[in-house]
Amino acid sequence: MGIAEFFQHLMNGLTLGGIYALIALGYTMVYGILKFINFAHGDILMIGAYIGLFVFDMLRGDSPLGTWTFISFFIAMLVSMVSCGLLGMGIERIAYKPLRRATRLAPLLSAIGVSFILSNSAAWMFGTQSRKFNYPFDNTSINIGGVVITPHQILILVVSLVMMISLKIFVDKTRMGKAMRATSLDQDTAMLMGINVNRVISMTFAIGSALAAVGGILIALDFKVYSSMGTMIGLKAFVAAVVGGIGNISGAMFGGILLGLLETFGVAVLGIPTGLKDTIAFGVLIIILLVKPEGLFGKVEKEKV
Amino acid sequence: MINFFLLILIYSGIYALMAIGQNIITGYGGMLSLCQAGFFAIGSYTTAILATKLGWSFWATLPAAAILSALFGLLIGLPTLRLKGDYLAIATLGFGEIVRNVLNNWDSLTNGPMGIQKIPMPDLFGFVINPYRKYAFLVMVILFVVIAYLLFQRLARSRMGRALAAVREDEIAAQSMGINITKYKVYAFVLGASVAGIAGSLQAVFSLSVTPGTYTFMVSVMVLCMVVLGGMGNFKAAILGTFIIQLISYFPQLTGLSSVIPPQFKQILFGLILVVMMIWRPQGLLGREERTYGGSTERKGGKR
Repeated sequence: MGIAEFFQHLMNGLTLGGIYALIALGYTMVYGILKFINFAHGDILMIGAYIGLFVFDMLRGDSPLGTWTFISFFIAMLVSMVSCGLLGMGIERIAYKPLRRATRLAPLLSAIGVSFILSNSAAWMFGTQSRKFNYPFDNTSINIGGVVITPHQILILVVSLVMMISLKIFVDKTRMGKAMRATSLDQDTAMLMGINVNRVISMTFAIGSALAAVGGILIALDFKVYSSMGTMIGLKAFVAAVVGGIGNISGAMFGGILLGLLETFGVAVLGIPTGLKDTIAFGVLIIILLVKPEGLFGKVEKEKV
Repeated sequence: MINFFLLILIYSGIYALMAIGQNIITGYGGMLSLCQAGFFAIGSYTTAILATKLGWSFWATLPAAAILSALFGLLIGLPTLRLKGDYLAIATLGFGEIVRNVLNNWDSLTNGPMGIQKIPMPDLFGFVINPYRKYAFLVMVILFVVIAYLLFQRLARSRMGRALAAVREDEIAAQSMGINITKYKVYAFVLGASVAGIAGSLQAVFSLSVTPGTYTFMVSVMVLCMVVLGGMGNFKAAILGTFIIQLISYFPQLTGLSSVIPPQFKQILFGLILVVMMIWRPQGLLGREERTYGGSTERKGGKR
């Protein structure tokens, strides 16, 4: 493999990984605080992609590619983030909040139910055929020293980097972020310290869902928008979260990028057939669970009796 | 119309087998498995391939289907069951999808998306039980369900059932009482898988053809829904839940409203059932089967 080819795969892997990381953050944040897997996360991503698509098409109208399409793309993304944030909060309020003190199985089952409701409602309302998300810019690839980069890839890298850095700053530096970290450490103690745990949980769902919406829109530009698009991406993002150590925000970012690189290089270098690309993620999951179940950056949690 | 009812009953029977398997895994073991469809598929394809390519009779393929499903259950269960419950859900979800992926792509063995047609019909001492003789087929399916019900019911009341219940309620306490938690979890998982394999076998000879499209994630969720609706940890309830869910899923055709009701109606309803049941009636319609020990003083035989 030449150096140019290597950088090509690196670029492809990084962009794919950036999207996985954005989605993995939602899983990991919810798991960190509520200790359960939000199965509906992948479907929120799908709803986000649909909302983005509709708003973008409405704003864009027939105008040619240019500044306006680019601006309307970002407006669409913002609208989609806000709506998905509200959707995530609503779902938490209706389907998960009553189950906070229930058995471990209850919220998981409820989440599967929500996931089913979302994906099938989307199929019912928006039809089963996939829709194309038009590029808001000229997506002609640029050739830099033999490495082909599309503007879309640059967009993915920039957007996911901005999102991740702002999230990191939010969690590390702000009051709300501090409250989140406290809630994740010990919910009851956090409550005793005067933290409004309900608000923190709502906020966590809102942020996670908003990030999922961004991930959904970014991935929809390459693969179309359809009602079951969230399932596979959601699963892989979950694997990324586990790889990085579920509950750990930097871990999820790293895990997402690592998984993206593994998938690209697995196909390119190891010669894994493209049809079995999806199984790479599960192979990684099984190996991680066997060798290091707490993930690369996770803490080993002692179970208290 | 009567034929349609028979069809619903037969499918209820086939799904009831899967629900019984799901119940031992989820209801008794407290493990969330999402790949009954995968084991169902493995059972179906085992029967289909052995019967069409090697000419085995249905009765010979049946144990093969059960054993192969059980083996896959062991394969997926051993690494994941040592861990916390949530990982199992994802790993099994992935496994179910991989099974379908492989069936879709392994053209030489499974004939890809086209599936396998012309599966020979089962016969019993010269009496062919074909899908056109719905009564005979129904009797056969009911027999399977009754046998599975009795076996699993006995099992649940045995040492293993008690061990599983203990593991479900509190793993650490169970472990400190000397219960090998991984062992019992794997047992339950493998048994649940094998009975789903048998259900798959029956499905193959009922529809006489198998295609990968039959074994979607939807099927797994449907089976889960049956157990949750009826009541986790109760085999009668699982069978009741199966019947209700089957009635719901054929409701549009039953009432002749299939042109009015969108095809996604039943899936949305299944999702609603899961959420609503968890919030308002987590124990299901019938509730868990609780057994009291030593409550009765009317014990026969022997003095105290």
